[in-house]
Amino acid sequence: MSVPEMDWGPLWLTVQLAGVTVVVLLLVGTPLAWWLAFTRSRFRTLVEAIVALPIVLPPTVLGFYLLVALGPHGLIGGPWKDLTGSALSFTFAGLVIASTFYSLPFVVQPLHGAFEAVGKKPLEAAWSLGASKLDAFFTVASPMAVRGYLSAVVLGFAHTLGEFGVVLMVGGNIPGVTKVLSIAIYDHVEVLEYTQAHFLSAVLLIFSFLILTIVYTINRRLPIHVS
Amino acid sequence: MSRLDARFRIDYPGFCFDVECTIPLEGTIAVFGSSGSGKTTLLRCIAGLTRASSGLLRFDDTVWQDDARGIFLPVERRHVGFVFQEARLFPHLTVTQNLKYGMKRSYPFRRRIAFDHVTELLELETLFQRRVSHLSGGEQQRVAIGRALLTSPQLLLMDEPLASLDQQRKKAIVPFIQRLTRELSIPVLYVSHALHEILQLADHMVLLKEGRVAATGPIQDVFSRLDLPGLVESNVIGAILETRIAEHEPQFGLTRVEFLGRSLFLPQQVLPPGAPLRVQVLSRDVSLVVGAPPATSSVLNTLEATILEVSESPGDQYAVEVKLDVGYPLLAMITRKSFQQLRLRPGQKVHAHFKAVALT
Repeated sequence: MSVPEMDWGPLWLTVQLAGVTVVVLLLVGTPLAWWLAFTRSRFRTLVEAIVALPIVLPPTVLGFYLLVALGPHGLIGGPWKDLTGSALSFTFAGLVIASTFYSLPFVVQPLHGAFEAVGKKPLEAAWSLGASKLDAFFTVASPMAVRGYLSAVVLGFAHTLGEFGVVLMVGGNIPGVTKVLSIAIYDHVEVLEYTQAHFLSAVLLIFSFLILTIVYTINRRLPIHVS
Repeated sequence: MSRLDARFRIDYPGFCFDVECTIPLEGTIAVFGSSGSGKTTLLRCIAGLTRASSGLLRFDDTVWQDDARGIFLPVERRHVGFVFQEARLFPHLTVTQNLKYGMKRSYPFRRRIAFDHVTELLELETLFQRRVSHLSGGEQQRVAIGRALLTSPQLLLMDEPLASLDQQRKKAIVPFIQRLTRELSIPVLYVSHALHEILQLADHMVLLKEGRVAATGPIQDVFSRLDLPGLVESNVIGAILETRIAEHEPQFGLTRVEFLGRSLFLPQQVLPPGAPLRVQVLSRDVSLVVGAPPATSSVLNTLEATILEVSESPGDQYAVEVKLDVGYPLLAMITRKSFQQLRLRPGQKVHAHFKAVALT
């Protein structure tokens, strides 16, 4: 089978979306996971449940609520419009925000688990050696939680790659702006372009398989053993 | 000499931790008590790892905590070293990196303990490039002690640092801890529930019971008190003497030590002549002779003594405790029958025969 005449736009856009989303997720997810791991607040379980919601919720339901929230009068879209003068729905920025919610559990849960495994003890040791809280986080907790970070990045990235329902609800299908890989595949199937659909699907399949294999291999070889 | 003024109160469900004490910071200060008496809590409060709901803590004139004024200095700014029960080494760093972690974060003008000195003292040179996970329990604990020392702390807090080690490794580490206070002159607050460790190491003692201070003072005083629960039952009441090794008599398997210009004999020691040796004379190992001492006796240690005071023995209703003065306070536990036959009374001159035990 020769490589068919392809529009590479959706693939590139998807990678961009997943990349940006992962960065945003790490910035948001790290403090959240840290809080979940160490807080004694009674709201902990509540927050944990909210973070896990995207795992069980149908993407269309999540997408519907996000569509409302990102709209020009929505909870997020309203202030965004006041601030920037443009709407959020059907834009790349809107997609990033939607993907952040959608993939949140896939980043927060591995980090939460990793921080819990590190525990307070090494941190107390670091503080007693003169390290500030932030210093101890970067020089002790983070390197010890490196496996959790690796899982978080890969799962967050891979999960955003395969996003369909949410994107369709909040992003639509605008080439070069919101038309991501999974939607492109759907489009190809709709018009019976099975060759293109096969090709894009295979790319996604092989990529996902490879990345997971690499991660599991690295994870096994990492020298950190948190007892 | 520095000192620590501490007052902490924490209300736990079913347990109240309420401690008030002044601790002179010189040599080794033991914090002793049964498990659950609040030893670790006291140490953690001093370090700032646990925040008492109401507390006042002063290191000399520096206030570390004063809840009335809303002051709480975070642990990283107290310049104390903390050695935990488990070594808590950082698994992603090598031994050298672990050792230097705190040192790099200390102000250069505070550093008064040299890297080479510590590593030599704790015999760490052979471990430098090893992975932390490949060290034995004793090696890990030595690295942890070194790591804490290299921050040049003004106070070293040790929370049962030997608890997780077996007897043989314990024996190997105790001499290192003894040398720390002597060679580096860092005061050590040492938590333990092992009496023999305390007898061996401590100069001063804080005795905790059910979250309160039951006694505090120089170790010689605390161990010759008869009213302290936990000590009396353990049969460790007696005098503690700081002696110096004079000579060995290998043909008899004995070592002669000097104490206040007099000679005492005890089973042969490994330390060289001139070395300091702490010796305990348990009250149950002392017997009394009234009148002229026998010209010959099989007992090696005999001292002239004056009876200071006689009191009930708290551990045994058929015995009495006699406090003696041999130029130093000595305790003797004798039977009630002997006490009546000898008609002992304060001020009387007697001879004390006793067996001395080295605390090593």
